Amino acid sequence: MALARQDTNVKRRDASGPGQAERFPIVSMVLLALTFIGMMISIWMIFLYAPTDAIEGDAQRIFYFHLPSAIIGMLSLGIVALGGIVYLWKKDERWDWVARAAAELGTVFLTFALITGSIWGRTTWGTWWTWDARLTTTLILWFIYIGYLMLRSYMGRTPASARAGAVLAIIGLIDVPIIYESVNWWRTLHPQAVLPLGSSPQLPLEMLLTLVVAFITFTLLFSFLMVQLYQLEKMQTLAQQLRASVE
Amino acid sequence: MIFFEQVIAILWKDIRYELRSKQMWAGMGLFALLVLVIFNFAFDLRVDNRAAVAPGALWVSFVFASMLGLGRTIAAEREKGSMDRLLLCPVDRKAIYLAKLLGNMLFIGVVEIVALPIFAALFNVPLLLGPLLPIVLLGTLGIAAVGTLFSAMAAATRARELLLPILVFPLIVPIVIAAVRATGTLMVPVSNEPPWLGLMVAFDVIFLSISMLTFQYIVEE
Amino acid sequence: MKTPLLAIAGLKKSFDLKSVLRGIDLVVESGERVALVGANGAGKTTLLRILACLTEPSSGSARIDGWDIVRDAQQVRRLVGFVAHQPYLYDELTALENLLFFGKMYAVKDARERTEDLLRRVGLEKRARERAGVLSRGQVQRLSLARALLHAPRLLLLDEPDTGLDEEGLRLIEDVLAEHSAQGGAVLFTTHQLDRAMKLGDSLLMLSRGRLVFQEKTAGLELERMRQEYQEVFR
Repeated sequence: MALARQDTNVKRRDASGPGQAERFPIVSMVLLALTFIGMMISIWMIFLYAPTDAIEGDAQRIFYFHLPSAIIGMLSLGIVALGGIVYLWKKDERWDWVARAAAELGTVFLTFALITGSIWGRTTWGTWWTWDARLTTTLILWFIYIGYLMLRSYMGRTPASARAGAVLAIIGLIDVPIIYESVNWWRTLHPQAVLPLGSSPQLPLEMLLTLVVAFITFTLLFSFLMVQLYQLEKMQTLAQQLRASVE
Repeated sequence: MIFFEQVIAILWKDIRYELRSKQMWAGMGLFALLVLVIFNFAFDLRVDNRAAVAPGALWVSFVFASMLGLGRTIAAEREKGSMDRLLLCPVDRKAIYLAKLLGNMLFIGVVEIVALPIFAALFNVPLLLGPLLPIVLLGTLGIAAVGTLFSAMAAATRARELLLPILVFPLIVPIVIAAVRATGTLMVPVSNEPPWLGLMVAFDVIFLSISMLTFQYIVEE
Repeated sequence: MKTPLLAIAGLKKSFDLKSVLRGIDLVVESGERVALVGANGAGKTTLLRILACLTEPSSGSARIDGWDIVRDAQQVRRLVGFVAHQPYLYDELTALENLLFFGKMYAVKDARERTEDLLRRVGLEKRARERAGVLSRGQVQRLSLARALLHAPRLLLLDEPDTGLDEEGLRLIEDVLAEHSAQGGAVLFTTHQLDRAMKLGDSLLMLSRGRLVFQEKTAGLELERMRQEYQEVFR
C-alpha cells in the first residue's frame, strides 16, 4: 500500500530470482476475462433483464450493486483474520500479504456498499442514513478496516506490524456479530424507518437471478483484485529485500 | 500461585510508579468532570429529558477519560528501555497483561469514583451506588480489556493518542450501548429490556480471554 | 559428549533495511569466558539481545544448555543474565525494591536473603533504600549486575560492562566473572578495550559487519599483534 512505511524485516529469499517474473500470469488473465464477461452479463441483467420494482422504481437497481459488495466487504474481514491467524502460527509473511490485500479490498468494497446504500436510501425513502442494525454494523466495520489500515501504515512493514494487524483482525471479526446484536437490541427501543435493505420477502425469479449473477461477478472482481494486490505486496517486499541486500 | 504473585508484583510496581511520579490523577479526574459539565450545558435538561441523556453523558465522559488513562501503565514501561525490562524475565506474558489491565481499571476507577457523585449532583439523579456498581465495573472492564491490548499496539507508533481511540471505539460499541442502557434502566425502569448485564458479562469474558492470549504477540519483538 | 552451554549455528538478523548479523557460528563451553570486540554497529549488542531472548533471529539457531532460544524462550530466560547498555531498572523504585521485584519475576527462592547478599556483594548495601534514579552511573551499573545475577544464571551476558565504572567497579566485574566461570557458568562480554578483553577472556572474538572474522583462545596471543589485527579489521 502506498501509505505504508518502507521498512521491512524479512528473510532473504535468494531462490526467487528474476525467473519468476517471466511466468505468464495465467490466473490473472483468466480471472480478468471471467470478470469482464460477468460484468457485461450483469449490467445487461441489472438494467434490462430485471423487472422494475413496483414500489421503488428504477432506483431499486442500485440494490444489485449494493448487496453483493456489502457482503463481500464483510466477508473480507474473515480473510484478513484468517491470514492473520495463519501468519501468527506459521510466521510465513505471505499470509500477511493476503491479510493486507484483503483489508484494502474489503475497505474499498465496503465504502462502495456504504455509498450505494446511502444513495438507495435517499432516492427511495428520503434519508441519506438510518441507524438500523445492518447499516450501523457496516459502518462500524468500516471503521475497523480504516483502523487496521492506519495501524499497518504507522507500524510499517515489519513482523510486529503483521502481528498487531492479525490480532486486530481477530478481535474485529469476533466483535462484529456482537456489535450487530447489541445494536439490534438497542434498536428495538428506537423504532425508526426500517429500510428493507435486502430483506425483501419474496424476490421474483428474475430479480433473484440478477442478484446471483451480480454476486458472482463481484466475487470474480474481488478475486482478480486480490491476486493483483497480493502480487503488489510481494513485489514491495522483494524490493525491500533487495534494498537491504545492497549493503 | 506464582502467576498471581507476579501479577500483583507488577501491579504494585505500576501503582508505586504513578504515586511517585504524581502525573496523571488530577488531570483525568478533572477531565471527566469537565466533560460532565459541558454536557450539562450542551443538553437542555428538563426533568423528563434528563433521564434519557444522563446515562449517555456519564458513559461518554468515562470512555474519554479511559482513553487518557489507558496509556499510563504501558507508558510506565516504554520510557527508557521499553518493555524489555519485563520481557527479559521469564514472567508469563499473560501475567503482564493482567497486571496492566488491573492497573488501568484502578486508574479509571478512581476517576469514576470522583465523577459519580458529581454526576448525581449535576444531573439531579439519585446516586444509586449499589446497583450502579456492577454496571460500572463490567463496563470499565470491557473498555479496559480491549484498551489495554491496543494501547500496547499503539504505543509503538508515533500517533498513539490518535490511533488508540480509532482502534478502540468501534470495538467497544456493544459495551457502551449496554452500559448506557443498563444505567438508563436503573434510573427509569422499563419493562422488556434486553439482558444488558448478560451481554456485558459475555463481552468481558470473551475479550478478556482473547486479549490475554494475544498480548504476547503484540508486546514481544 | 556433554552439551555445550551455548551453541550458535548460522544465526542471522536483519532489521528494517539493514542486515546486522550475517551468519554467526559459535560454541561456548561451561567455564569459558568469551570476549567479543567489534566496532560500533558490528552487531555485538544485537547478538547479545538475541541470546537474551529479547528479539528473535531472522534465521539460524542458538541453544543454551540444549534449550532453543525461540521455541523454549521462557526456559532460556531463566538461564541467562544480561547486563546491557540500559540498566533495565526502574528509576522510581529503590535498589532493594528493584531487586525484590525482579526476584519475583524470576521466581527466585529466598529472594530477600539473596537480594541482601547481592547488594553487599556489589557494594550497594548502604544505598539499598535509595531510588535507582538518583544513583550514580557506576552505582546503577552495579545494581544492574546484581539484577543479572539474582537468579543464578548459567550464561552471563555483559554489554560493555567496563563503561562508567571506577577502579573498584572494574575489580568487581573481574571477581564476578572469575567466580561465575569457576562455578561452571559461561560469560560472553563485549568491550572496546582490547587489553581488558585479553585479560578477562579465555577466547577472543572479533565481529565485523555481522560476521565473526577472528576467533581464538587468548592464551598465547600478543597484545601488540592483536592491536594490529584489530586495526586491520576495523579500517
